[in-house]
Amino acid sequence: MRMRELLFVGAAFCALIQPALAKTIAVSPGEGAQERLQEALIAAEPGDVVELSAGRFSLSDGLSLDVNNVTVKGQGGLETILDFSGQQGAGEGLLVTSDDVVLRDFAVENSKGDGIKSKGADRIVYHKLRVEWTGGPLATNGAYGIYPVESKDVLIDSVFVRGASDAGIYVGQSRNIIVRHSTAVENVAGIEIENSFNADVHDNIATHNTGGVLVFDLPNLPQMGGHNVRIFDNIIVNNITPNFAPKGNIVANVPTGTGVMVMANRRVEIFDNVIGENGTTNIMIVGYLFPFQDTKYDPLPREVSIWDNQHSRAGWDPKFRGGAEIAAAMGGSFPAIFWDGAGGSEYMPIIQDDVAALSLGLKDVTADTATAQPAPLVRATSRPAGLPAIVLPDAMEAVVR
Amino acid sequence: MRFVLPFVLTFAAAVATSAASGDPAGVPFAGAQSPPTLSAFGFFDGSAARPSSRLIPYELRTPLFSDYAAKQRFIYMPAGTHISADADGKLIFPVGTALIKSFGYPAQSGGLNVIETRILLHQAQGWVALPYVWRANGEDADLRVGGTRVPVTFAHGGNDVSVNYSVPNKNQCKQCHSAAGNIMPIGPVWQNMEFLRPADAQAIIKGAPSLTKLPPYPKWNDKRTGSLDDRARQYLKVNCGHCHAANGSASNSGLFLDGSANGAAALGIGKRPVAAGRASGDLDFIIAPGQPDQSILIKRMESTDPGIAMPELGRSTVHKEGVELLREWIAAMPSRTH
Repeated sequence: MRMRELLFVGAAFCALIQPALAKTIAVSPGEGAQERLQEALIAAEPGDVVELSAGRFSLSDGLSLDVNNVTVKGQGGLETILDFSGQQGAGEGLLVTSDDVVLRDFAVENSKGDGIKSKGADRIVYHKLRVEWTGGPLATNGAYGIYPVESKDVLIDSVFVRGASDAGIYVGQSRNIIVRHSTAVENVAGIEIENSFNADVHDNIATHNTGGVLVFDLPNLPQMGGHNVRIFDNIIVNNITPNFAPKGNIVANVPTGTGVMVMANRRVEIFDNVIGENGTTNIMIVGYLFPFQDTKYDPLPREVSIWDNQHSRAGWDPKFRGGAEIAAAMGGSFPAIFWDGAGGSEYMPIIQDDVAALSLGLKDVTADTATAQPAPLVRATSRPAGLPAIVLPDAMEAVVR
Repeated sequence: MRFVLPFVLTFAAAVATSAASGDPAGVPFAGAQSPPTLSAFGFFDGSAARPSSRLIPYELRTPLFSDYAAKQRFIYMPAGTHISADADGKLIFPVGTALIKSFGYPAQSGGLNVIETRILLHQAQGWVALPYVWRANGEDADLRVGGTRVPVTFAHGGNDVSVNYSVPNKNQCKQCHSAAGNIMPIGPVWQNMEFLRPADAQAIIKGAPSLTKLPPYPKWNDKRTGSLDDRARQYLKVNCGHCHAANGSASNSGLFLDGSANGAAALGIGKRPVAAGRASGDLDFIIAPGQPDQSILIKRMESTDPGIAMPELGRSTVHKEGVELLREWIAAMPSRTH
């Protein structure tokens, strides 16, 4: 009797303290999915898993998560689908604003704005996700597929992104970043690292985008001076989808048929990639060409090193002013690597690839490319010591191990 | 029976704290659990139209546009506590304060058909945002942390307008009411406030005499209260500045509309979009001086497409009068000569 009473008390005690322990909150598709899923994302406590069943969740509004250390997990990128085709509000499908969040094994389809955005969300892991605008490349698609911004420690691993009218995978104003084992197809920019510090982009496939991989720095932003970016072991081929970005976007200026484009960054390394079948060029290094008023901003790229990439065909259809004329002068094809030449030899990239490389010899960063004074770039015999690999906290790596 | 006991105890505790007697002094502020019904606070006597006399009603000279909804704003403060203020006129509320805001549309029978009441609760550990949706019978409102949508039809400018009115979810409350990741009130800045009962204003001044030195902000739609530039900037501050601030949800845009802009680009003038995506359309600048039709800011205010519209939350119709003001403001800016 005494024993039974104790057991009862124990059971009741457990029932009371249970909310303090990590738990799984299951959510399935169907009636009221919007409110049920959003309420689960609000009710979740640190350590909890919000587990999405297989099936299609028809959502009417953006979702958001603002609790630290929560995992949102589906049953797979083809099995669990967050369908935003009926979205009536919010600028993205899913917004994360808390730290130590893991998003894995689900898909976001046809959001009206961005797919998944995380802002100020440190140590976020995006794993085995699919973000897709299912109609393919259309100007009416949302801007970014996967969009971490203003964050420290970002891991994007094994995601698939298709149809973004700006960048499929876009990391902005962040630091300590790894993008790997991912596929970007039919976006304007496949993968873009912008105004960010310390990024490794490796073992990805960027194909049938307008531009495969972009490393940009833009003025008038809280974080500027993008630097230390390594692009290696990627396959960056067939990026010949006509640019479908609305004209006002910076990526609307990316020439169709660009493999890798570096704009206004410092210390960028491009090595061991397979790059080819890009109609404008395989690798392009340029300054920021628009007028700006921002004394803290540096529009010129510098310390760019390129080595051991495997190139195939490039430059048969260069899509920028004066490009066709240069191609004609060079025997019908634009070189696989070019630099705008702005800033003079001090800014010249270090190139060790065994392909034709050209400086446009522009007198300054804003000069019209039609006024180019092309000159071949000499192959470098040495290069500086490489950047260190990015290391993320072990708990983040453990998620995908 | 013994299983049930702990639950009975917690239930009893909940009942004890929510025993509202018309005086909201007994509101359950301390609990970790948010009250599931608005009546638990005792702010209203069985209807949104009957606020407790303990609430301080106020209005804003330039309010946030929310699909033409009418708003009723109140402050509740525990007995014996006082408001103070910072040098910028931002009111500082004691723990236990609730900021209460009801949203509705004119009813055919007269009066206001209130859809929801949002509570910002100042707990010891910080502010909490709670959205309550009124029941069809109007007698009480239920907590809806996940938000909802309510179809509404109302008359505006001689036409019937139908919108799918959005009750924000708890996170969306924070998206706007956020400063460096913490929930903060936005509205109660002395220069933008008007009190319906003079004694309420006097009581606040008594606690913060320096407030009398701050001149009132312009009313966005009243030319007598400020220049075109003043009124347009005030409109932007109230409608956009809570996110477009260095500490706000749109900090990454580099577009600061909270009055802190240092230079033309930070205010959007001649600034190129960063992450606007298709919202930029075929336009190059947030504000093209002298050219409202070429300004992304106007384009986004005139859109109701979620991938384009600004503000991102709480607007499914175009604020025509607000757009007119900003069009006039941009048109009056001297065009740049290239």
